[in-house]
Amino acid sequence: MSRYEVRIGGFGGQGVVTMAVVAGETASLYDKKFVVQTQSYGPEARGGASKSEIVISDEEIDFPKVQAPDVFVVLSRAAYLEYVNGLKDDGILIIDEDLVKIESDIPKTMKVYKIPATRIADKEVGSKQATNVVMLGAFAVITKVLSIEGLKARIEEKWPRFVKSNMLALELGMKAGEEALAKTA
Amino acid sequence: MPERVMFTMGDIACAEGALSAGCRYLGGYPITPATEIAEWMSIRMPQVGGAYVQYEDEIAAITSVIGASWTGVKSMTATSGPGVSLMLEAIGLAVMTETPLVIVNIMRGGPSTGQPTRGQQGDIMQAKWGSHGDYQIIALTPASVQEMFDQTVQAFNLSEKYRTPVFVLADETVGHMRERLVIPDEKDLKLEYRKTPTVDPKDYLPFKADDDLVPPMALFGSKYQFYATGLTHDERGYPSDKENVQIELVTRLQNKILHNADKIIDVERIELDDAKIGVIAYGTPSRSAKKAIKDARNEGIKAGLLRLKTVWPFPEKQVAQLASEVDHIIVAEQNLGQVYHMVKAVAAPTPVHLMAKPAGMPQLPHEILTKLRDVNSM
Repeated sequence: MSRYEVRIGGFGGQGVVTMAVVAGETASLYDKKFVVQTQSYGPEARGGASKSEIVISDEEIDFPKVQAPDVFVVLSRAAYLEYVNGLKDDGILIIDEDLVKIESDIPKTMKVYKIPATRIADKEVGSKQATNVVMLGAFAVITKVLSIEGLKARIEEKWPRFVKSNMLALELGMKAGEEALAKTA
Repeated sequence: MPERVMFTMGDIACAEGALSAGCRYLGGYPITPATEIAEWMSIRMPQVGGAYVQYEDEIAAITSVIGASWTGVKSMTATSGPGVSLMLEAIGLAVMTETPLVIVNIMRGGPSTGQPTRGQQGDIMQAKWGSHGDYQIIALTPASVQEMFDQTVQAFNLSEKYRTPVFVLADETVGHMRERLVIPDEKDLKLEYRKTPTVDPKDYLPFKADDDLVPPMALFGSKYQFYATGLTHDERGYPSDKENVQIELVTRLQNKILHNADKIIDVERIELDDAKIGVIAYGTPSRSAKKAIKDARNEGIKAGLLRLKTVWPFPEKQVAQLASEVDHIIVAEQNLGQVYHMVKAVAAPTPVHLMAKPAGMPQLPHEILTKLRDVNSM
């Protein structure tokens, strides 16, 4: 795989950075890829704009930041408005459909997948804090850049106290991802 | 401990590097973007029998590090530019008393409180000239998570070997990015320890240097009695206002670094053998430059990169050599031009072009490529 760029945008507190970290850990430690993960956020602990990025490659990565993402995962309207134009014309746009609407003209070649991640986390997992794990499941199924077994192993290892709820969140996210794929196909 | 692999942040790699180097004391005051070092050390230090102490401010923090080092414990602090500004007086004390210690500066936007969460490389000259008087300093500039580990180990080695404060100067991007880190088995690490005196205590002269210009260092609480002061002192450590004592001391403090510059300085030469244009960069902008020279070569522009892993002592020989090889030099740094002035002084008459960027996002690869095209058509 040549250089593959992922950008995730939302608010502080939605798990935007954690989502990128877990994806990065999976790609680096389990899938043995070269990975760089970066983030940018303001001085606020919660509520401010938050953005995280991952570059994945089979070769050593020189420039560490994302320039033209292949995938953009969006969890807030502010992040959508700020970064949607940076996405590649044939890129993948994954949105939390309850929080983000497609409100601009986007290239026809762009693929859009709508995942109600916050709703699934709240209603079906029982905690909004699982939103990012739901989104990770959908992301892995849609993009196929992470191994599912690696992702599961990483989540289990990272949060041993919340294995059950996180595995449920991941499975539900993967299911939502498959449904979104089927709708687009 | 056997080899370990992590996917982690530059700041944490730095902390682990310090622990692997044998550091057992961090006196600090947390500050973005270096907070993760303090956070990690507050967990890890007690696990290895060391101590992390958070002080009321950076002045107390660095002063405690000087004291800890004199007890024989490898010691450090971690901060950002505003913290270094407060520490400068004590850094001079550490230079004058020849105290081995490591200061990590994860550089953010300045001046003053500037942009806490955005990176910059604005503290290069501060590291060299911040405290008053004539002195030399060692400053290392890592560009990856692995180098944050490796060069922190190196910083401790250099500080112990030359009895001097050593800076690790990393821009925020390097401090906060996550990459794969391999922590080597501790028996594969080459560690340096300060020289200690072997003479009879009654013959001990605490500031009498050996041939390498570095005096053996006795420890507080050992059988050796001595006095360490920021005042100009003779070999006995006694304050002196004599002209010859002042000249001898400041000259030795300077020369113990400069005479060993070849052993201290580390640079990486990439694609320079046939290059007509040489880019000089360090930290994150060097990674943009690496991509830019690859793209330039694909267009037939003979470009190469001199990546500085040490900025102080300044790699004069390496830059002079580059200047003799190429027609043009481009300096790309995340400030308004600091290393640029050093390069210009050494490279003359080879023209030196500055790509300045005093903000959080470093020069992008395509921006450096554009500059390479411009310079190539000159």
